Amino acid sequence: MKRTVPLFLAAATGFVLIVASFVPAAGSWGKYAVDWFNILAALAFVLGGGSLLSQHLKKISDQQAGWGYSLVTVVSFLATLVVGLGKFGVAPPTLHPDKVWAGDYKEAGSGFSWIFDYLYTPLAATMFSILACFVASAAFRAFRAKNVEATILLVTAFIVLLGRTYAAIWIGDQADWLASQVVDPAIWHPYVTGLRLDKLTETIMDVFNTAGTRAIMIGIALGIVSTSLKVLLGVDRSYLGSDDR
Amino acid sequence: MNENNRVWWILFLVGGGALLVRAATTEFGKSYARDQTVYVTVEGGTAEVDAVPGLPTAESDAAHPDAARWTRSLAADPGERDDPHVRFSWADTIGLWCAALLTLAIFSFLFGDNPGYRLAEAIFVGVSAGYAMIAGFWEGIVQLLLAKLIPVATKEHFLPGLEPDPRWADDWARYQSGDLGYVAAEWAATTLLSLVPLVFGVMLLMRLSPKGGWISRWPLAFFIGATAGLRLIVHFESDFIRQIQATLLPLIVFKEDNSFDLAQTLANVTIVVGVLSSLVYFFFSKEHEGVFGGVSRLGIWFLMITFGASFGYTVMGRITLFAQRLEFLFDDWLWIIDPLQRRAGL
Repeated sequence: MKRTVPLFLAAATGFVLIVASFVPAAGSWGKYAVDWFNILAALAFVLGGGSLLSQHLKKISDQQAGWGYSLVTVVSFLATLVVGLGKFGVAPPTLHPDKVWAGDYKEAGSGFSWIFDYLYTPLAATMFSILACFVASAAFRAFRAKNVEATILLVTAFIVLLGRTYAAIWIGDQADWLASQVVDPAIWHPYVTGLRLDKLTETIMDVFNTAGTRAIMIGIALGIVSTSLKVLLGVDRSYLGSDDR
Repeated sequence: MNENNRVWWILFLVGGGALLVRAATTEFGKSYARDQTVYVTVEGGTAEVDAVPGLPTAESDAAHPDAARWTRSLAADPGERDDPHVRFSWADTIGLWCAALLTLAIFSFLFGDNPGYRLAEAIFVGVSAGYAMIAGFWEGIVQLLLAKLIPVATKEHFLPGLEPDPRWADDWARYQSGDLGYVAAEWAATTLLSLVPLVFGVMLLMRLSPKGGWISRWPLAFFIGATAGLRLIVHFESDFIRQIQATLLPLIVFKEDNSFDLAQTLANVTIVVGVLSSLVYFFFSKEHEGVFGGVSRLGIWFLMITFGASFGYTVMGRITLFAQRLEFLFDDWLWIIDPLQRRAGL
């Protein structure tokens, strides 16, 4: 009951979705499964919220170290929930002005959009933006041209970094001007214009990067197919956890 | 006072002093809003909307006697503040200051962990979890679950534009005519399947229970099975078949005027060689030696170029984000720069 039914359920659901992709008559099964999947994903957020609350409330009640921050987390979480569920400041749809709960919860000017614009967006964007400093610092410490492979990686990264800025165009223009003072551009320009940093970046991204990314994607696809089959056939049962609970 | 605290105090005092000097010499950190009163009259399924500038007045109300009315505030540039319908917005100004101070709090982590960063992090965790839950509720639970379980009530309260499902198309008319028995019978027959995800959802919540945690394995198994089934097909089609299709390129390319296209030929040959050699590197069932080892080495070089390009691209993306945050601080908050001329004339 604890392990056999879930194994059967996972296999049945997975194979129904696979069959539904190939058999048009079974398409509605697939649609039901996808709808249920999306509903469960939404309900999983409730589980996540419940788990977050229980963890932080325990920390607050035990007055563990940093419980004040837990309090801030709980208050922000509950405030966002109340404002989002209450649809504060949301206007009704124009076709149904009597239905006050029917407006878009993300409507500009609403309480929820205030939270999104002034709390969530700046926090998320800044959180990701400071990674630029950490990545640059880590790269400075770790990148060493010790062998051919590391040198290729380093040079490519340098070209792409520079090639995505205006500096690449400026350097290319200056080099063009200098060369044109010595030799007639009509002679050399068609052959070396591809070596400008901005053009070189395009070539790296469109040709070399495409080739490498394609090979990686093919490898990932084969990995996903084999992992999915292992789950559906019951070879990989790690998602069931232990029998303790 | 240790050195760390001393640095924080200096930063705090210098920053606060700079803000005070700026406040004494010029304006900054203010938001403005443009008020609008919306009058809506619905006749025969079409809405007539009249957006009148400013807050409602006795005249505007008298001009729209039977209309529903609400007000809305639209963002306005500080340069428009002389407009009689533009006013100083407390809500947006407080929001702007919150956003700026939280941005600085996150940036402060670059100097090291500190209470300001931890406070901003705690707010971020709470708000993100709340945001995800609200989005899941309105877009998942209401639109996908309630719309099928209790379509009439959902249409009545939350989704007036809900298209009638063929399974209950007649229900609405019968409900309005008072035939509730029919609606109940029809609902029982057609929406039973929609109860399954609800039951699964309740079972999933049992994960929070100290003893019945194993019950959550059933919906989890459904989730894992559905993910595996969906991903298997999607990735096989898009990442395997499509990528191989895209790699089947002509190795000799001619232009439209039948002249030889050297650049495209070289590009195509490089892509085909790059994909094949990189795949050879990933093939671990054969020893990488001799010709096979040489091709594998070439594959590593292609992969190194890919990793280098991805690294450069990612770093540039983050730096762009970093620049945008600085632009927010210096433009929207401190009014030091004005690239979009939003404060022209001030």
